Amino acid sequence: MSHDLNAYLILSGLLFAVGTFGFLARRNAIAMLMSIELMLNAVNLAIVAFGAFVPELAANGAVIALFVMAVAAGEATVGLAIVIAIYRNRRTPLVDEYSSMRE
Amino acid sequence: MALPSTIPYLGIAWDDVIFLVLASVMLGSALLVVLGRNIIRSGLWMILSFAALAGIYVLLGAPLVAGAQVLVYIGAISVLILFAIMLTQSKAGPASLVFHHQAWAAAILALFLVAIITVVVIATPWPTAPGPVVASSITIAHLLFGTYVLPFEVVSVLLLAAVIGGVFLAKREDEPVTLGLDQTNPPAEPPLPVTRSLGATPASVSNVVARPPEDRVP
Repeated sequence: MSHDLNAYLILSGLLFAVGTFGFLARRNAIAMLMSIELMLNAVNLAIVAFGAFVPELAANGAVIALFVMAVAAGEATVGLAIVIAIYRNRRTPLVDEYSSMRE
Repeated sequence: MALPSTIPYLGIAWDDVIFLVLASVMLGSALLVVLGRNIIRSGLWMILSFAALAGIYVLLGAPLVAGAQVLVYIGAISVLILFAIMLTQSKAGPASLVFHHQAWAAAILALFLVAIITVVVIATPWPTAPGPVVASSITIAHLLFGTYVLPFEVVSVLLLAAVIGGVFLAKREDEPVTLGLDQTNPPAEPPLPVTRSLGATPASVSNVVARPPEDRVP
């Protein structure tokens, strides 16, 4: 099982689906950002698994995974800064109460 | 002493057992991240999920990626998220309603996604070679600083932009921005005799002038 690409890819799909559910269902903005991190981790797992099992990719998978990690770090920084800036104005982290642009 | 490659009396390979344990820990803690009511506990479960994923990277023969996972995700992003949670907590505790009212639709969509990914993964003949191939650090370094050197530099610029953007966005707006040489030193108090000696006797002026050094002594 641990020597089979399909097991890693299905595990990655499961983790991505958990992250998708969290992103769509949670009300807290920071919980949504955590779900995004879970989805990025799932994609990273798929990339590293492809790099480990497909001979043409060899070490490319690990390099691309490192790039994804760096971009995820930047995304977390800017996303959390936006959430904190909104919280300072609206005094709530719940995204369905940010309704001033609804009308 | 070398361990046998399979568990005695069961015939299951050790790395399969490790894979199953790590995968169940990762998925279980990810579910607790998404479903838990208390968001601080969600953040702590997320750290466990990241750690289990680092173990899976080791199992896949990518120890450098596992180290970067521990450093970047557990060391940096989780701490950042925990700080943001503490900055945005209200004193009333967690919200009474954790999910949107349409959470059932999200659950259906997630299950649909799992079904599609599973079917596609099983139905596609991947051009694989047997066994996870260990990517050595020297190979990764040659790729990173040779073939991928331009994306490497672009990522460094992106991180710089993210740092500046994060500082700019999270900066408080209420205190006035001070620019120029005149504002570097805080404006001193106006001269005491001019402001406070209106209609006062010379004795009180001397008292006022003499008072501040006494106040500074604790």
